Amino acid sequence: MDPAFEFLCRMGDNTLVLGHRVSEWCGHSPVLEEDIALANTALDLIGQTQLWLGLAAEVEGAGRDADALAMTRDAWDFRNVLLVELPNGDFGRTMMRQCLFDAWHDLVLAELRDSTDDRIAAIADKTSREVAYHLERSRDTVIGLGDGTEESHARMQAALDRLYPYVGELFETDAVDAALAEAGIAPDPGNLRDAYDARITGIMAEATLTIPDSRFAHKGGRDGVRHTEHLGHLLTEMQWLQRAYPGATW
Amino acid sequence: MYAQMIQSEKTDEDPRALAEFQARIDRGEKIEPKDWMPEGYRRTLIRQIGQHAHSEIVGQLPEGNWITRAPTLERKAILLAKVQDEAGHGLYLYCAAETLGISRDALTEKLLDGSMKYSSIFNYPTLTWADMGAVGWLVDGAAIMNQVPLQRTSFGPYSRAMIRICKEESFHQRQGYDIMMKMANGTPEQRRMAQNALDRFWYPSLMMFGPSDAESVHSAQNMAWKIKINTNDELRQKFVDQTVPQAEYLGLTIPDPDLKWNAETGHYDFSEPDWTEFFDVLKGDGPCNAERMEARRKAWDEGAWVREGLLAHARKKRAAKTAAE
Repeated sequence: MDPAFEFLCRMGDNTLVLGHRVSEWCGHSPVLEEDIALANTALDLIGQTQLWLGLAAEVEGAGRDADALAMTRDAWDFRNVLLVELPNGDFGRTMMRQCLFDAWHDLVLAELRDSTDDRIAAIADKTSREVAYHLERSRDTVIGLGDGTEESHARMQAALDRLYPYVGELFETDAVDAALAEAGIAPDPGNLRDAYDARITGIMAEATLTIPDSRFAHKGGRDGVRHTEHLGHLLTEMQWLQRAYPGATW
Repeated sequence: MYAQMIQSEKTDEDPRALAEFQARIDRGEKIEPKDWMPEGYRRTLIRQIGQHAHSEIVGQLPEGNWITRAPTLERKAILLAKVQDEAGHGLYLYCAAETLGISRDALTEKLLDGSMKYSSIFNYPTLTWADMGAVGWLVDGAAIMNQVPLQRTSFGPYSRAMIRICKEESFHQRQGYDIMMKMANGTPEQRRMAQNALDRFWYPSLMMFGPSDAESVHSAQNMAWKIKINTNDELRQKFVDQTVPQAEYLGLTIPDPDLKWNAETGHYDFSEPDWTEFFDVLKGDGPCNAERMEARRKAWDEGAWVREGLLAHARKKRAAKTAAE
């Protein structure tokens, strides 16, 4: 297993799977401006996927391209964290998931801009501007709804309670991470936790929401050992055309 | 069209004011929101712009139906960008309508209670990936036929919205045609999807222009006001003349045995669509009317707490700011 390939799939699968989930909102949002913003977020994430998985395919050197990685791997080869594959739930849960992810994504990209691998640094540089904007938006929405009406507050608290156990996986460290941190290619995820906690604590305080005490973390996505049941259904939909008509170009 | 069968609203203002208003339009001046305008002009425009805006919003659904199944990352990104543009068009158009004194929420409620319509075309299902090509090529192609002349419409905000929208629509049409090219030149299954999409979308696209209105009084008034620039038949003919060679280039067959070039008129002769079907769709009996309206109502109803929550937060922030000052 090549740690660089593994890492690039983690980055690309996170953006692919989250981009897919966000795109499910298209045409169904609570308000027109949100339809536009969610489509924009999904579009950025799919564009980022092309960069990450494109580089993964290049590093792998097995003749696959980004589309082959996205459309023909099975669930156990996906390396996204569980958080991003969870179903959207209501709009509040979607935005809470986005905020919890964006706060991490923004931190990791800031580190990756200094990667010793120029190709990774270039992707991080390009995508970090988009992600800074995603974070600004998801943060404002979480605060607005958390500190909105009684109902919106209750829904956002429920969303945080439901999703918080999926946050810890973002900071898991394994042999892949150790090898990349050693080579200066990517940060050790565990080292980002304090900065992340400071951010999330600030956002949730402003949103008048309470962060659960338990640090229990579901895991199994970023190493592919045990995804949720939801990923298979997502892939069934996403990969259908490529699977049904192999060899066709689109 | 995106706005179909818009009847002109009655106006009983002072004949002298009406004559002056007409003279401004005849001189090619733009009417701006603060200018005097006949009530009939205002109400007709609200109906037309509102219907056009609703069409953009409902129009997200048939294409949104394929975003999660787009075959490549590139196609997914293009489709997402397109559907996002449509939401953006809806936004400009609602803003244009708001300058006439009706709020976006009021227009949305009229869509949801069925008192305002959206284009008949969005009540047809998108069943294969080739439909994403056919919608871009035919549906956006038909929309552009109507919208290009509307860039010269007399109402300033509508005209300016059309100028922005047309640029994006012609881009969408090219993207749609590009999908059709790939499909038509692809595997036998892909060619079958492409022909099938053309078979299903040809007549509904012709219906977009609405029934013949050459003899219509409403049409005459709307044309005098430059709310409407061409008759439905003129636009439909132009669309057919443009589209037939494109279908030939793709190697696809237009599902009309009577379609033929008429050297005398310099146009294609073609069969009329089934207007009974068109009126059924307008009445709510199209293949997807119920689904489309359910989807819009669900988005609106289930989004109520979000809209209220964000408004409540904005009020709290304003109050805190005032208290601090």
